[in-house]
Amino acid sequence: MADAKRPNQLLRNLNAKVAAIPMVATALVVFVGCTIWTIVHSFTKSKLLPKTDFVGLDQYERLWKTNKWLISIENLAIYGICSLVLSICIGFFLATLLDQKIRFENTIRTIILYPFALSFVVTGLTWQWILNPDFGVQKIVRSLGWESFAFDPLYNQDIVIYGILIAAIWQGSGLIMVIMLAGLRGIDQEIWKAARVDGIPKWKTYIFIVIPMMRPVFVTALVLITAGIVKVYDLVVAQTNGGPGIASEVPAKYVIESMFKNQNLGQAFAASTMMLVTVLIILVPYAYLEYGGKRRAK
Amino acid sequence: MTSTSSVSIKHLDLSFGAVEVLKDLNLEIANGEFLVLLGASGCGKSTLLNCIAGLLDVTGGQIHIKGENVTWAEPSERGIGMVFQSYALYPQMSVEGNLSFGLKNAKLPKDEIKKRVQRAAEVLQMEDLLKRKPAALSGGQRQRVAIGRALVRDVDVFLFDEPLSNLDAKLRADLRVEIKRLHQQLHNTMIYVTHDQVEAMTLADRIAIMKDGLIQQLASPSEIYNKPANKYVADFIGSPSMNFFLGAVNTDGAPTFETAGQTIPLTGYEFVSSPAAGNAWMGIRPEHIVVGEAAEASDFKIDTSVEIVEPMGSDTVVWCEVMGERIRIRIDGQSSVEPGDTLRIGFDAARLSLFEKTTESRI
Amino acid sequence: MQNKYNLEGPQGTKPRKRLSGTNIMLYGTLLVVAFYYLLPLYVMVTTSLKGMPEIRAGNIFDLPVDITFEPWVKAWSTACTGLNCDGLSRGFWNSVSILVPSVALSIAIASVNGYALANWKFKGSEVFFTILIFGAFIPYQVMLYPIVILLREVGLMGSLWGLVVVHTIFGMPILTLLFRNYFTSLPDELFKAARVDGAGFWGIYFQVMLPMSLPIFVVAMIIQVTGIWNDFLFGVIYTKPDIYPMTVQLNNIVNSVQGVKEYNVNMAATLLTGLVPLIIYFASGKLFVRGIAAGAVKG
Repeated sequence: MADAKRPNQLLRNLNAKVAAIPMVATALVVFVGCTIWTIVHSFTKSKLLPKTDFVGLDQYERLWKTNKWLISIENLAIYGICSLVLSICIGFFLATLLDQKIRFENTIRTIILYPFALSFVVTGLTWQWILNPDFGVQKIVRSLGWESFAFDPLYNQDIVIYGILIAAIWQGSGLIMVIMLAGLRGIDQEIWKAARVDGIPKWKTYIFIVIPMMRPVFVTALVLITAGIVKVYDLVVAQTNGGPGIASEVPAKYVIESMFKNQNLGQAFAASTMMLVTVLIILVPYAYLEYGGKRRAK
Repeated sequence: MTSTSSVSIKHLDLSFGAVEVLKDLNLEIANGEFLVLLGASGCGKSTLLNCIAGLLDVTGGQIHIKGENVTWAEPSERGIGMVFQSYALYPQMSVEGNLSFGLKNAKLPKDEIKKRVQRAAEVLQMEDLLKRKPAALSGGQRQRVAIGRALVRDVDVFLFDEPLSNLDAKLRADLRVEIKRLHQQLHNTMIYVTHDQVEAMTLADRIAIMKDGLIQQLASPSEIYNKPANKYVADFIGSPSMNFFLGAVNTDGAPTFETAGQTIPLTGYEFVSSPAAGNAWMGIRPEHIVVGEAAEASDFKIDTSVEIVEPMGSDTVVWCEVMGERIRIRIDGQSSVEPGDTLRIGFDAARLSLFEKTTESRI
Repeated sequence: MQNKYNLEGPQGTKPRKRLSGTNIMLYGTLLVVAFYYLLPLYVMVTTSLKGMPEIRAGNIFDLPVDITFEPWVKAWSTACTGLNCDGLSRGFWNSVSILVPSVALSIAIASVNGYALANWKFKGSEVFFTILIFGAFIPYQVMLYPIVILLREVGLMGSLWGLVVVHTIFGMPILTLLFRNYFTSLPDELFKAARVDGAGFWGIYFQVMLPMSLPIFVVAMIIQVTGIWNDFLFGVIYTKPDIYPMTVQLNNIVNSVQGVKEYNVNMAATLLTGLVPLIIYFASGKLFVRGIAAGAVKG
């Protein structure tokens, strides 16, 4: 034992370390490095090329005075809140329907989930067509006799964001349903039996017993939806390209246009940093609850 | 007819599609009786309990509880309380919430609910746990809360579905005594499903041993142990399990059992009906085989050589080959026996069990 | 059921109405739901099979009267993007040539990462993994530009391989998580036995872990193929017009401002682009669900 050489700490697991280089590089260089780089450069007056002339919070001041950005934020808020509430409600509702030991469960699940396999571009273009006032839903309702019916979200500044919302819910609610259904199936069947012996009606069992038990599933769904909301870009580009006018602009699109079209890197960096802040506001409490909380409990 | 029975099951059938789980099952359970449904997994014992609770729809037959036909009644209307293996406590509610949720839902007056919760907590000695959440309780405490939830329903029939299976051995023994004490205190009818024969033997007034959806024997623990109705029951009850010899009953003169060239006198054996000749199994429990001086005084004795010795402390299990069968003998833990020793063993005809060879039922 | 035993009163199965109110509501709702989710697919298919006069005259829900496959042919081979007029075929082959190396590389790297994290933990490995998972939630926009600079430095900007690297990087969090969880769930004894037998890092990976992990590789492939095929953002930023992937090409065809809008061609093009993920989805069934459940619930 005594003459066995103690292996060098760095060389221990050398193969594993070598194998992990791509992961370490991605984590450090891209996720940490690039993020910091962008945050730092959001305090500069970079235009066409990144520079290091620091101008403090100038970019942010300009950002919050830009009409297009304010509309983007407003859209994101409306879209975000609606899609959060609707996705969770619809997803849970559909999951409870599928949980009733129904026939054709697989078929219906397949139907509800297939839009999730499609890209946002395909989704956006499809709904652009369905919502086309001259050929789509509006025309059909009118041809049924309701002449004054107006539903042209993609051409009406006031409701355009809801047109995008319809497409987004169609595309994404299947995912939430599948997550919720997995959560429901994870509930101990004996809980249901106990509730029946106690004489508790089904809807009450869902509300007072099952939903509280599914808290982690709801949190997961919430985090996933939020991360998706902030990233929303392709859907808008395909469905409205920000129009009519700038009525359906979103922050992600603002960033990319400042970056590659308007040659205003400083604005792009400031705007993307704001997006990051939004995500952190959601993610930090979640991470605290999920990881910090666990450590305290056990 | 049903007035003396607490629970009465008549011609009960249950099938899932083509699979028959319970077949024409009849069972009368008396008021205040502690009945244990015992069997290996898949024998239909839990299914039967779920039928009694109303958690499964039966395919045929009737279930009466307290003289009322409840075959089509909802579980909550049957006057039963149920305790589950996984406890099935509502995790987001305090112990008090768990106990009172069903009562609140039944719109009972507040002070009545309070009274019942208080009483259940007293009976189960968990007054100081009422404000806690299930996650903050130990397994044993959780199961007590689950029992409490059945208790507050103020019902006559308690159903237990393997309530102790999730607990470790020590806790299981403690709670077993607790359930027995509860039964002696409350005198409720209790139907208890388990696969553990120790639980069954210690708790039951009567045991129903089930196999393939049929009740093999319904009798008191001592009768099941001493006079098993068939070879399956004989083999299932007792640990280590019974030794069996295949041979034939001879009724020329005094009845005897013949196997491997040996003749075992059956004088003293209580035949179910008059003895008939024919092929049969002879069973003898390891603890009913005696050695030493006692063997000399037995109806039948034989020499054997010890193969394996398993000391267990309180007693020792000795393996040896007798009449062509490898058998187990349970002897005192203090006796010193070594492999290779020659051992004189013996047993009495009164201790034997005989089963017809093909039907395997007791003769 | 006849009364075999002369029992009185209720017996046997509780009679239930097949068409109870609850059931009508339940199946009615499901029917409406299924209708809503299927509608766009129906509209896409029917529109793509109609001629333009028929589209202008009728409404989008009508079944096609004269079925024509011309829109499909046009979408595939001659539709114009504003830059060129060789249809989606170019985008399709671009996407294929992006897809194959991206899927292979990202899965190879992530599976080794996951294996190292599950079985060969070293000091700091969990920290890097946590950063990686949190990185999945950072909006891409924050990292877009610095990556442009990095790619330019190594000479991959605007090239197919640059995009492959980007897909590998951004696929890494979910895939690493997937593989790590899978390898962690394999019995530890297996790994220990292989080590006692003298196998090393790569030996165990190739001879013990890989042969047992076919299902999880299929799940990873489903995730990556649909994800990369559906990508738009990275394609438009990190490549040049002549190697644009299919989604970008599609958007350029449909939203090009020149000429008369040909809705039937647009829908045919949209369907063509959606076809690959749809085929994967319908062919993989439960594995697809398992993929998203693995990514979502455990994440």
